[in-house]
Amino acid sequence: MSRAFVGMPVHAPRGVGALRGREPFPDAARTALGDGQLRRNLGHATATIRAKRAQVVAELDDWEQLRRAGEAIKTATMARLDEHLVRLESAVQARGGVVHWARDANEANSIVTRLVRETGHREVVKVKSMATQEIGLNEALEAAGITAYETDLAELIVQLGHDTPSHILVPAIHRNRSEIRDIFLAEMAGVDPALTDNPPALAEAARRYLRAKFLAAKVAVSGVNFAIADTGTCLVVESEGNGRMCLTLPETLITVMGIEKVLPSWSDLEVFLQLLPRSSTGERMNPYTSAWTGVTPGDGPQAFHLVLVDNGRTAVLADDVGRSALNCIRCSACLNVCPVYERVGGHAYGSVYPGPIGAVLSPQLTGVEDNASLPYASSLCGACFDACPVRIDIPNLLVNLRAQHVEAYSAAHTVPSAEAVAMAAASWTMESATRFDLAERSMRAGRALARQGRIRRLPPPLSAWSKARDAPAPPAETFRQWWARTRVTP
Amino acid sequence: MRVGLFVTCLVDALFPSVGQATVSLLERLGHEVEFPQQQTCCGQMHINTGYQQSALPLIARHAEVFAGCDVVVAPSGSCVGSVRHQHAAVARRLGDPELAERSAVIAAKTFELSELLVDVLGVEDVGATYEHRVTYHPTCHSLRMLRVGDKPLRLLRRVRGLTLVELEGADQCCGFGGTFALKNAETSAAMLADKMTRVIETGAEVVTAGDSSCLMHIGGGLSRLEAEPRPVHLAEILASTGAAA
Repeated sequence: MSRAFVGMPVHAPRGVGALRGREPFPDAARTALGDGQLRRNLGHATATIRAKRAQVVAELDDWEQLRRAGEAIKTATMARLDEHLVRLESAVQARGGVVHWARDANEANSIVTRLVRETGHREVVKVKSMATQEIGLNEALEAAGITAYETDLAELIVQLGHDTPSHILVPAIHRNRSEIRDIFLAEMAGVDPALTDNPPALAEAARRYLRAKFLAAKVAVSGVNFAIADTGTCLVVESEGNGRMCLTLPETLITVMGIEKVLPSWSDLEVFLQLLPRSSTGERMNPYTSAWTGVTPGDGPQAFHLVLVDNGRTAVLADDVGRSALNCIRCSACLNVCPVYERVGGHAYGSVYPGPIGAVLSPQLTGVEDNASLPYASSLCGACFDACPVRIDIPNLLVNLRAQHVEAYSAAHTVPSAEAVAMAAASWTMESATRFDLAERSMRAGRALARQGRIRRLPPPLSAWSKARDAPAPPAETFRQWWARTRVTP
Repeated sequence: MRVGLFVTCLVDALFPSVGQATVSLLERLGHEVEFPQQQTCCGQMHINTGYQQSALPLIARHAEVFAGCDVVVAPSGSCVGSVRHQHAAVARRLGDPELAERSAVIAAKTFELSELLVDVLGVEDVGATYEHRVTYHPTCHSLRMLRVGDKPLRLLRRVRGLTLVELEGADQCCGFGGTFALKNAETSAAMLADKMTRVIETGAEVVTAGDSSCLMHIGGGLSRLEAEPRPVHLAEILASTGAAA
């Protein structure tokens, strides 16, 4: 397919997909913080996976070099993304696959829906895929009368629970085993009513349920972790083997990938197949790595479609600071080390991409005005940057997005926000040492509010501080006054 | 050595004893301290809240005020982090490459206190005496922006009379994050609660750090709980000779 599109790159459209939350982050976070069970589930799960990751990362002497190599390969690939994608298209076509280009979620959903309809089947099995979650594919298929079955255990739990994922790698991280048993008992057809919450029993129940789906499925939908431009090979890395089932048993395979997943050559994989499992599951190597190249006659799916999705990615690529977020390999190491994510969980971010990388990627893909609270959902502690296997400087990207948000607001409004007025006033005050000194002297009035050197209640907006923390009383003499009094000879 | 003191607006306005301690420590070690009186604020709060345009004049001012100093020290990892990693980038983004170059020059000679002592002045034993049980919280920006590593701990271990108690989960953020503590007050308070639990568990009399902002946060929470330990800046411990604490 060839279609020229001239103009500014567009963001992911509204009204489709799972990139936008229903409420601002601080409100959603407040609700989540009130859920003690959620806090315990998350605290336990993230601490466990953090320890596993730290152990396997420490085993490698060249971890830092691997991170730099991963960063360099991704950066170089993004710089020539157009060329690599066209090479990928040719290579897939040469091996019997069909390539489709989707500008956004709506186009991708309608392409996949049409392809499934053309097979004459009304059920598909799915390999865990962030791209299809992002575009809301399951909902689009359902609207077309097609049932999609998630086959990754955690995605299955989420789907059966009529829930949404809260983690990139472990989408049901917010659920504990007794909640999972309850979901299976209520929603899983043919489940043993005596099912316990013993993890092997839960896994066995899911195996029995899924095995029937795998054997009956004629159409599968997957994402990719990597796609190799040189040969047109797609790869999925996974732990459970459900992906291997979906990728080999059905007659038709439809693969949906974000355009940033392309890698130039097989040799690049050497770096990423070390970085990804250690960063995501804390394993030296993932149990299953499946690779397929077009169609192999007589073996595996005999029809293969690759859908390349933009959905805002070109707009991210146009931002010379922000584009490094496209280097993300969806390992979720940044989620597991994030003190904010650990306390509020993934749903508070409102997007299928939660945590630090989600706070960057979601507003980048939608345009910052649609996810305006996310860039502020971070204390900028920097733990995410240290954990990122491709060295995405997430705090810097967050700060940059905050500036874009403030500048977009100010361009769109004639009356500045109260915060902008306060910031401008603070800046004006501090542009002069004399004015700053006067302001400091006026703060001394605050001493009247203090008891025993501390202030217990402050006026808004500082009341948000004093709700849980005392504030220090201003001193009788500032540093600069002390210096002038003791060190400057008049 | 002649050292320019970048005292930071927070220390200037709310914690002058930290600035005084920095001066007396450096003078005791035989160095001359100058305080350029035209200094105000590095603009980090503006930058981190998205107001880069408002920060720009403060960045320009900072570059001008400290241009004449050979070496600059600040008792704050966070403010040094802003000078070192943000100033030039903001100036460049807003179309002022000439200022970006001057900011880069300032950045290269600006050090956080423990960096100045260990890396530049080459001292670990600063001759301090401080007879207390102390736990140390490594602030996020000193740890992950500046990579001060164990320099503050090396300094504390050489303080006479001081018992250092290890803080569990030390590298976890206290939840301050500047305007984060206001914009996401509940999440910030949840992070603070966990940090305070760890701090209290140490049984220390004093919690120390290289940033007054984080100490104001942890200390403000502990004060609300009427709990020990009390917050004391690293500079104040290193300046102490045991006479008064």
